[in-house]
Amino acid sequence: MLAKRIIPCLDVKDGKTVKGINFVNFRDAGDPVELGASYSKQGADELVYLDITASHEGRKTFVDMVKRVAANVSIPFTVGGGINELTDVEKLLNAGADKVSINSSAIRNPDLINQIAQHFGSQVCVVAIDANYEEDDWICYLNGGRIRTDKRLFTWAKEAQERGAGEILFTSMTHDGVKTGYANDALAQLSDMLKIPIIASGGAGSKNHFKDAFLHGKADAALAASVFHFGEINISELKDYLRKHDICVR
Amino acid sequence: MQKVVVIKYNAGNIYSVVHALRRLGVEPVVTADEAVIRASDKVVFPGVGEATTTMRFLKERKMDELITSLTQPVLGICLGMQLMCKSSEEGNVDCLGIFDVPVKLFVPTQQTQKIPHMGWNQLYDVKSNLFSEQLNEQFVYFVHSFYVPMCEHTIATTDYIQPFSAALNKNNFYATQFHPEKSGDVGEQILKNFLAL
Repeated sequence: MLAKRIIPCLDVKDGKTVKGINFVNFRDAGDPVELGASYSKQGADELVYLDITASHEGRKTFVDMVKRVAANVSIPFTVGGGINELTDVEKLLNAGADKVSINSSAIRNPDLINQIAQHFGSQVCVVAIDANYEEDDWICYLNGGRIRTDKRLFTWAKEAQERGAGEILFTSMTHDGVKTGYANDALAQLSDMLKIPIIASGGAGSKNHFKDAFLHGKADAALAASVFHFGEINISELKDYLRKHDICVR
Repeated sequence: MQKVVVIKYNAGNIYSVVHALRRLGVEPVVTADEAVIRASDKVVFPGVGEATTTMRFLKERKMDELITSLTQPVLGICLGMQLMCKSSEEGNVDCLGIFDVPVKLFVPTQQTQKIPHMGWNQLYDVKSNLFSEQLNEQFVYFVHSFYVPMCEHTIATTDYIQPFSAALNKNNFYATQFHPEKSGDVGEQILKNFLAL
């Protein structure tokens, strides 16, 4: 049976891992390559590295980090942040990344999804969506949750699929950092609507939140950051817990 | 030390397999050079990409004739495996024909069956010296929308929508639909077994 995936997400700034609490304040959580390798040992199924550096030097550091991850980690990993055009994708794939995640650039230039799918295949293209629940609808945001758009979660996710996205990574800004569970109703609606896998993100605080994301949210994978970085949840123990609840994990 | 070649062509991310081989202590040569490929002990034919474009690329460079005529152990991975089959529904293209079986598109029967088949799934009924008994029921990493049906060459089975060929073998040709280079310790063991052939 296809296993549900557990994905630690590592935010990287100037070569170091950080984690945003509601996208604003940062706490230091260590070396990205070592952290990734240790997650792989704990049983993580994939890794996501998000580059939150804006500077040119920071970008170069990130590509070097991608090369080191590729050399040292034997599970798949996705990279995102600062990808604006096809050449950015090519650079990161050549450095050894398995997939790229695009967010703001996909909203600004949706054709980028088509281009990535055509050149490298849909499986490479993860479309990340940050959305906040406001007045009975899910509103998509740009730039790490700083700029509100007129896009709505469900119509945008559907469009991304039609353009060639291989996966949707949905982060609920409403739930992110709050640790009260994932946006399960919205996740289930996405899963029922789309043909491609859905990665749940935002809100994990305890093991049962992962169970709920898989059972109620029908997610194919669940992503989290701080609960793993600060050792609040051990991935191997999380998987034992999920197995006890009849969820197929590796 | 044995000479291992990774065939260089217009496929994405062939360096994953290079890294995986390095972790096993092998320094592979990445090349499209016929003489170097022929003189090697093991050949890896990786692949992430699209069937039609890749077949055209291989034919233009006569790499199709080269690959089919190799006599040392060859390991096709993912798209590499699909290209070693007879044909592919991805663009309805004729492929290398090493394995006499057509590659088909997954057709989901339930909403929960997402395409691509992406993530970790289990191996069953493992056969041949590419696998050992302990690898039965182990999880390996898949990313694909097209699959190879069960056939006489199947040496490992995975169940997604229906049972399909997770790995194939015919004479010196081996192939895996999953990515051993991305499958943690289990994948490393499979690559080790290939290197030991």
